[in-house]
Amino acid sequence: METLLFSVYPYIALTTFLVGSLIRFDREQYTWKADSSQLFEKEQLRKGSILFHIGILALFMGHAAGLLTPHSWFLGLGVSDMVHQYVAIIAGAVFGSLCMMGGVILWKRRMTNPRVRANSHFMDIFILNWLLVTLGVGLLTIPVSIYHAFSGDASVMVSLADWAQSIVSFQGDATLLSEVGFLYKIHLFLGMSVFLLFPFTRLVHVWSVPIGYLMRPYQIVRSKYVRYR
Amino acid sequence: MKVRANFSLVFNLDKCIGCHTCSVSCKNVWTNRKGMEYAWFNNVESKPGIGYPKNWEDQEKWNGGWVMNAGKLELKSGSRRQRLRNIFMNPDMPLIDDYYEPFTYNYAHLQTSPLVEATPTARPYSLIDGSQMDKIAWGPNWEDGLAGEFEKRGEDTNFNDMEKQVYAEFENSFHMFLPRMCNHCINPSCVASCPSGAMYKREEDGIVLVDQDKCRSWRMCISNCPYKKVFYNWESGKAEKCTGCYPRVESGLPTVCSETCVGRIRYNGVMLYDADRIEELASMDDTQDLYQAQLDILLDPNDPEVIKQAKEDGIPESWMKAARNSPIYKMVVDWKVAFPLHPEFRTMPMVWYVPPLSPVQSQIDQGNLATAPDGVIPQIETLRMPIKYLANMLTAGKEEPVVLALKRMIAMRSYYRSLNVEGKKDLEVLKEVGLDEAQVTEMYRYMAIANYEDRFVIPTSHEELHQEDPYAFQGQNGFSFGNEGCSISPNASLFPEKRKKMEHVMAFKPWKPAAKISGGESA
Repeated sequence: METLLFSVYPYIALTTFLVGSLIRFDREQYTWKADSSQLFEKEQLRKGSILFHIGILALFMGHAAGLLTPHSWFLGLGVSDMVHQYVAIIAGAVFGSLCMMGGVILWKRRMTNPRVRANSHFMDIFILNWLLVTLGVGLLTIPVSIYHAFSGDASVMVSLADWAQSIVSFQGDATLLSEVGFLYKIHLFLGMSVFLLFPFTRLVHVWSVPIGYLMRPYQIVRSKYVRYR
Repeated sequence: MKVRANFSLVFNLDKCIGCHTCSVSCKNVWTNRKGMEYAWFNNVESKPGIGYPKNWEDQEKWNGGWVMNAGKLELKSGSRRQRLRNIFMNPDMPLIDDYYEPFTYNYAHLQTSPLVEATPTARPYSLIDGSQMDKIAWGPNWEDGLAGEFEKRGEDTNFNDMEKQVYAEFENSFHMFLPRMCNHCINPSCVASCPSGAMYKREEDGIVLVDQDKCRSWRMCISNCPYKKVFYNWESGKAEKCTGCYPRVESGLPTVCSETCVGRIRYNGVMLYDADRIEELASMDDTQDLYQAQLDILLDPNDPEVIKQAKEDGIPESWMKAARNSPIYKMVVDWKVAFPLHPEFRTMPMVWYVPPLSPVQSQIDQGNLATAPDGVIPQIETLRMPIKYLANMLTAGKEEPVVLALKRMIAMRSYYRSLNVEGKKDLEVLKEVGLDEAQVTEMYRYMAIANYEDRFVIPTSHEELHQEDPYAFQGQNGFSFGNEGCSISPNASLFPEKRKKMEHVMAFKPWKPAAKISGGESA
């Protein structure tokens, strides 16, 4: 069961994430969108959306940097495990709370504003709930981490990072998680499932961060015809 | 010089009767779909009034169009960075209530109602969530024929720098219709604001379109278009706008709004412009120079230099011919009677407006107003509509060009009156406004008679030159929403966010009356 969940399931999730996104982009690009509901409601969105996005982007990057940077690099940079642990706890608590506040506002808006509600797809509500539960469990692990930190024990954090690195280096090894608590494992499962669900939800807009806009000229002129040479 | 052609229109407001046929035909062709009920690619406003969506002309509120910022042309909503920073929440985007809440009536209730004392009524229901609406509070044409109190309508920004309270008096009130659609601008701010690069201007005919596949619903175009003519389809989550009826225009047919126009006020044609000078000419320091700048960017299709360059830039001969016969060119450049709508937005709109005369015939009949020596045609100073108001709308407040245009239109009437009534040519009136006989004859032909062939000079898109294999093209799908052409089954998809069908029927929520109706047989 452990093997299935933590050395097979990650690959199912990641494959679905990548291949599913690719298929959707290739075949159903008309459905590829952020699906804004701002036309219906603005004030709640202002508060909720900004908090939520800042929080979740910081969390994503924090997780990526903290989990995927090899242990030796941190030590090489002079970042001891305890410093790493405290940074992770503080950053996670701050941005996790921001994200949670935003998420709750967005959830309330989506569920109670009759216009937004009427125009919500099943998946919109489902994925929002899923993200909030994942986030909630993630926040619940913080007290446990604080306990670890106070007792000077960074082994759980290190083994989580080792596990994540084993996954992305195609040597997925569930045994690395044998020391890790139940709460962390639930969070891992929920988080991996976000990747699994990703291509089937509006989350695909994450792929389309319009960085290129900063570089391109203002005007775009397109010919109707492909020029054959 | 880089020559490009732009499909352009002129609306002769002097003949607009405000019948809304253009809006209705457009609605039936293009926006008769879920998510777009509130959107009118073409609408007709009553002026003075705040219009649709509310106060669209007030860019202090919506931050649409371009401004000069430290000598550089920039979108009014800020730099590219600022727009990306606002991507989680666009602070300038209108709400659906700024347009209006789309509604329908529960007509079925008239047939299914139980026997009651009072006649059953068909009550309005929201098309967004299906709930009953207490009352309809706003619509696409709420101010039709100066409806509503002046206090509200007077917020019209065309009253800037005017003592508008005078026009609140019934005796001094004035009125005009303003039909509006996408201006297919030379310097479109919607295109410039689109983070995903989904919007573009077509090279061949200058029609501005949204690539439905590339649109990611970042919704910047909605607020950055100063005319508010890009709409958010809340059902599909994509931006949609006036297509210039390109499938028709490509075949040489006028747009549906133009074709159906009862007053024959709409003209379609091709204009040439110099694509190398856009930024330079949109960057005038004084907004009042922008009308002239826009005239300067237009190219004369009879100029040998232009003809030579146009050939190099691949403009077909039939398009050059159409540009030479363009009714738009005559009205905009030759006679200078048509103006861009709000040139101060710096988008260089290519729908041009002939300002309306608003004579007061009964006052003239009673001898209360000054007229020309013929005693019939009013002088421009006596028109009801303040020139300043028109100038604020059409030339960023510069009155001279508008005055000249109105005088020329009056001179044309005066000349033809003397010709047809008195039987002699009155060349004096023409000389005053700088027209000659040949010009006024043409003006009469194009503006007064306005035959179909003169109003619509549209070259075809020469599809035959661009299809490598026309037989391969035969039988292909046109545009469909999603992937209907090549999926296993039109209803099966891995990705569930399918577009709802057009015939999707809104389920009304049952309505519970607050107070029980006395008597009757209702349960």
